[in-house]
Amino acid sequence: MLGVLSAVGVAALLLFGLILSPPDVAQADSVRLFYIHVPSAIVGLYLAFGVTCLGSIIHLRNGSVFWDLLAGAAAEIGVVFAGFTLVTGMLWGRPTWGVYWQWDPRLTSTSLSFLLFLGYLAVRRLDLDPAVRSKRAAILGIIGFLNLIIVRQSVQWWRSLHQGSTLNPVDAQIDGLMLFSFFLGLIALTSVFFWLLLHRFRVAWMEHQIEAASVTTALAARRSEAADYDGLAGNT
Amino acid sequence: MHWEYVIPGYLAVFGSLAIYTVLLLRKARRLAAQVPPEKRRFLHD
Repeated sequence: MLGVLSAVGVAALLLFGLILSPPDVAQADSVRLFYIHVPSAIVGLYLAFGVTCLGSIIHLRNGSVFWDLLAGAAAEIGVVFAGFTLVTGMLWGRPTWGVYWQWDPRLTSTSLSFLLFLGYLAVRRLDLDPAVRSKRAAILGIIGFLNLIIVRQSVQWWRSLHQGSTLNPVDAQIDGLMLFSFFLGLIALTSVFFWLLLHRFRVAWMEHQIEAASVTTALAARRSEAADYDGLAGNT
Repeated sequence: MHWEYVIPGYLAVFGSLAIYTVLLLRKARRLAAQVPPEKRRFLHD
């Protein structure tokens, strides 16, 4: 059901984003990147990394394997969406600002978030005791999410090339079809995120089962070896 | 105007999403072959 909704949402987004919505008076057709750039940022940075932070906090409190795996799954998808944010932002920046990249506070803090969560994923792959590895990853997941406060506020705290909030929730100064395309992008990418999260969590769960089974097998082998040794020692 | 930026942007996003989805589903299928059916889903545990 969620998969069908995601596929229909993406198809509708392509139709409205690329064909049916009009070009902007100032930005021309580059405004079409806005329908994937902003939803990618909201879904990747705030929703996905928010799930990672929530999962990390709960895991640190009660050691829940479910929340640990969910945090890891959300972080991986979040990194993918954060990558989309950076790429589409650069492609939008070239015709609008004249450059692909500026070391502007919003762009720099967003790329830092991307790198922090790449680091989080690297920590999750370290060859450590699973409990230690999960704990270290959880701490990094929380730190990474705290950085998003800087991302969010960067355009307020410092002089930034990046504009502030484009959409005023009270009075959106944007054409109806453009606004519709933007919300379509947001709904479609949110749906894609949750569908991917279900599958990524399932993969993580099966990896956990395989790792747990291999530990159980290794422990049984060591116990068997120890029993054999004790038997031999008793005979001598 | 500016389609030379718009098309690569959409291709990058939806192309990457498609590749990621295929890789994820293939990995899920490969792992499912190694895990007993009763342990494949969290809700069944």
